[in-house]
Amino acid sequence: MISKRIIPCLDVRDGKLTKGIKFKGNVDIGDPVEAAREYYEQGADEIVFYDITASSDKRDIMIDVVRRVAETIFIPFSVGGGIRNLDDMRKVIGAGAEKVSVNSAAVLEPRIISQGARAFGSQCVVLGMDVKKADVSGQTPSGYEIVIEGGRKHTGIDALEWAKEAERLGAGEICLNSIDADGMQDGYEINLTALISENVHIPVIASGGAGKPEHLADVLTAGRADAALVASMVHYRTYSILQIKKYLSDRHIKTRMLW
Amino acid sequence: MIAIIEYNAGNITSVARALHSIGQDFVITDDTKMLNAASHAIFPGVGAAGEAMAYLKDKKLDVWLKQCFRSGKPILGICLGTQIILDASEENDAACIGLVGGTTRRFPESLTAAGRALKIPHMGWNSVAFRRPHPVFAGVPEEAEYYFVHSYYPSPESEEAVLGTTEYGMTFCSVLAVRNLIAMQFHPEKSGRPGLQILKNFCAWEGK
Repeated sequence: MISKRIIPCLDVRDGKLTKGIKFKGNVDIGDPVEAAREYYEQGADEIVFYDITASSDKRDIMIDVVRRVAETIFIPFSVGGGIRNLDDMRKVIGAGAEKVSVNSAAVLEPRIISQGARAFGSQCVVLGMDVKKADVSGQTPSGYEIVIEGGRKHTGIDALEWAKEAERLGAGEICLNSIDADGMQDGYEINLTALISENVHIPVIASGGAGKPEHLADVLTAGRADAALVASMVHYRTYSILQIKKYLSDRHIKTRMLW
Repeated sequence: MIAIIEYNAGNITSVARALHSIGQDFVITDDTKMLNAASHAIFPGVGAAGEAMAYLKDKKLDVWLKQCFRSGKPILGICLGTQIILDASEENDAACIGLVGGTTRRFPESLTAAGRALKIPHMGWNSVAFRRPHPVFAGVPEEAEYYFVHSYYPSPESEEAVLGTTEYGMTFCSVLAVRNLIAMQFHPEKSGRPGLQILKNFCAWEGK
């Protein structure tokens, strides 16, 4: 049977990791390629890069990072952040990423999902969704709203409706990020994850809130997630990927244990 | 020299990078002269069956693959490259190459496990239960898992063509082996160390 995936997420700005990642001997490693290699060797099932480079003239640095990562690790990885059009997608996939994740651009121009799926196949197109709790209303019947620009801008779009629409347009996977839970290390937003995962037919990656292995166990069972994103809890070496996997395995949650 | 068959399939560069990492020389080509000169042929693929077949026919690579299979040269099929070596695919109702009798079928929408609906595509890491040993899987631990991403699966007519099976709400053939042909639904080039070992084994295999 299929394993649940554990996916470290690396934030990159101007080709450098934005947070120091404490690997060997607590030496900060600023190179995303080295960090990817470490996680690959530690048993990560996939890696997500999130490019937060602000200026567009520096964006090609990320393409070079993607190329070097593709030569270094032999598991799937995806790249998101600042993907605005088909040309951006082509560059990232051409450089060796398996998947490309679209977020704000897809909210503003949903056609990018169908265009990407047609050009590269649905399996390449991940919809990144940033979601905030909202009042249950006619506009947001699910009680969750899509936000963009890193959570600063409300859209009035219902999260569940958007997830279904993205699936219809050809997204191959959803990376679901709870803005309310993000960075709190207090657990994933279980209700939201279960709501989306049970109502679409494509895999859902839970994101935002991971602080302890039990948080992953919760979101992969009660939350019905197919995969879980981790950041601070592994970057700061509070837990290793192996520790997380052993914890899950002890609770009969199947993950890949040999690599 | 190993040849990667060049056609409009998405993962050729990933396969090339994986071969490079194991120190294996290769060419990427659709030129039948160069393909003939190669000792081994890798037939990769990501994408849709209909489009891939149209392209292969246009380049007469379907005919070349049949000749290659008869010649005894080792052939490795990956993902779509595994699906379209059968007679036909339910994807785009495409007539395929027909190296091995059978049809590539779509996963039923009704797949469940432990009472829960399963997602399609089957995307992620899963294991393979082998029916017999094969040189291309020599030294690869039984508990190894491989990276899958697909909505269709190969269903060969002959049970003897099935080397390994995988569970996803149903049991499907994930590795096919007939004489000098070995073909897998998963991506060895994205399956970490076990995947690289499979590629290494294939490059050293004489097709017997």
